[in-house]
Amino acid sequence: MELFTNQVLAGIATGAIYACMALAVVMIYQAIDHLNFAQGEMAMFSTFVSWQLLQWGLPYWAAFLLTLAFSFAGGIAIERILFKPLAKAPILTQVAGFIALFSIINSCAGLIWDFTIKQYPTPFGSAPFLGSQLISTHQAGMIGITVLLLIGLYVFFQYTRVGLAMRAAASVPESARLVGINTSWMIALGWGMAAAIGSIAGMLIAPVVFLEPNMMGGVLIYGFAAAVLGGLTSPFGAVVGGFLVGIFENLAGTYIPGVGNELKLPIALALIITVLVVKPAGLFGRHIVKRV
Amino acid sequence: MSAVEELASQAPAVQAVPKRAMTLSSGTAFVVVLLLLIVPLFAKNFVIFQLTQLLYYGLAVLALNILTGGSGQFSLGQSAFYAIGAYTSAILMEQYDVNYALTLPIAGIICFAAGFLFGQPALRLSGVYLALATFALATAMPQLLKLGFFEKWTGGVQGQVVTKPDAPFGLPMSQDMWLYYFTLAVTIAIYIFSVNLLRSRSGRAFMAIRDNEIAASAMGINVSLYKTLAFGVSAGITGVAGGLGAIAVQFVAPDSFTITLAIQLFLGMVVGGVGWLPGSFIGAAFIIFVPNIAESISKGLSGAVFGVLLFLVIFLVPHGARQVAMVGQQLLERARKR
Repeated sequence: MELFTNQVLAGIATGAIYACMALAVVMIYQAIDHLNFAQGEMAMFSTFVSWQLLQWGLPYWAAFLLTLAFSFAGGIAIERILFKPLAKAPILTQVAGFIALFSIINSCAGLIWDFTIKQYPTPFGSAPFLGSQLISTHQAGMIGITVLLLIGLYVFFQYTRVGLAMRAAASVPESARLVGINTSWMIALGWGMAAAIGSIAGMLIAPVVFLEPNMMGGVLIYGFAAAVLGGLTSPFGAVVGGFLVGIFENLAGTYIPGVGNELKLPIALALIITVLVVKPAGLFGRHIVKRV
Repeated sequence: MSAVEELASQAPAVQAVPKRAMTLSSGTAFVVVLLLLIVPLFAKNFVIFQLTQLLYYGLAVLALNILTGGSGQFSLGQSAFYAIGAYTSAILMEQYDVNYALTLPIAGIICFAAGFLFGQPALRLSGVYLALATFALATAMPQLLKLGFFEKWTGGVQGQVVTKPDAPFGLPMSQDMWLYYFTLAVTIAIYIFSVNLLRSRSGRAFMAIRDNEIAASAMGINVSLYKTLAFGVSAGITGVAGGLGAIAVQFVAPDSFTITLAIQLFLGMVVGGVGWLPGSFIGAAFIIFVPNIAESISKGLSGAVFGVLLFLVIFLVPHGARQVAMVGQQLLERARKR
């Protein structure tokens, strides 16, 4: 029983990473209706920027805020320069664009900061949290920030004019335009916010997985999986999905014989697909009724 | 976030391509085949090998094109079927001494079955959800191939070496050249099969499903049967391509069939033009040669150069090579009228 509790706790700790990433994924899905394959690389690049700022001697939280601003502006710039011209292109072409962006960012980060693994500091310390050996203060802080972020987003989307306009632009663009919402800029705003949330995820994850240009590969896959599991239309679902995937993964690694680290990912994905076959819109996603 | 989506007013995910626009006219096709037959006679062995590579990658892209451009389903799991085909050929050739030419239909049939079965649970999923499911298959495949349980056949992490076949009947040809003509024959056969498939009743059913699933089922099309059938056919062709690839590269190992391969095939389809079958081979040329070009422009930034080139292509021609071909055809016709 103790092993079980411990594994669940460890799962929650890794789940927080996935939840963070999944939240960023859902944000951009709300804004543009696609999964952005370059999301992880954008987050990685932001994390490198914050690392560089720290190297130049800035205090952690100043670097944190500057990076947020940089990522927000960067996200908007990418949308304006690269993806606005592609808005009318077929969806699969846009997906190819994401892959191209992925390749460009990964390669540039590798050239600027090279591929050696770097330590990344944590603002929370890494002592055991409340005497538990499995959750460190950093991981507790990470969970705390994820929850705060979720509450912040909820308030933003439910109670502010801009949040309402973004929701309108995402769900019925034609009608939104008729009531005077600049839908094109709402999409750019969505990119900016997603990039900023991604950078938070990156900065929180970096102390755990270490900083290097390929650090996001695995995390993004889990983030996608978590987002899809929770339902792509629900930020809350994404966070729950993130924790569930983390727990799944740890329990599968512990209890199913023959599952080493190698098979963790396929098993987690297989479980998610099983869930999806039963509930095609994800656990918390709204089922979309189609009108012919 | 809306609960109701207007289906009729919304652009479909995959553009409707009329079936006549999916292929080449017979005149052009004749010229292309003639070129493919003659060029290797004047080329070096390495170039011939690259052309062979172009053909079997083209087949794999063609398979994805039938699935996506034909039936409107999306797959990131093609690398898994490619791996199954490659391993089937390799194991049959090396451990059971089956003739290389016979291993291809077997690989095709096994992959067809695998694809058909995988299509069953995938039926309930569409769009990104289907992408995730197929993606899971692609990530799981290399790990499964590495499992100790299968090591007797697969050779585990180390993979397996495949011997290259000699030209038969004592033909005075290098191995590479023979393999090229053999691949070309298989490619042409499968290409003709695919064109006819898309023109047949089944092909029309695929396209009806692609354009509007609800309307298709209202017209009496068995949607689940044809969707899984499309998956099966696509997987089968990918399997044959995988088998050819294994013979040409003379080596199979789990890490050659990662998700990267699936992504490359996807890029090939987009660059060639979704739904335009001849474009598959142009797309294959893109994924084979452009990374090399990028590497030669800048070693450290090859990834970035590749990305920029890809962006250039999709900015200039969002519909891929199909768009170029269509514009060219219109210009020709205008010139003829004058």
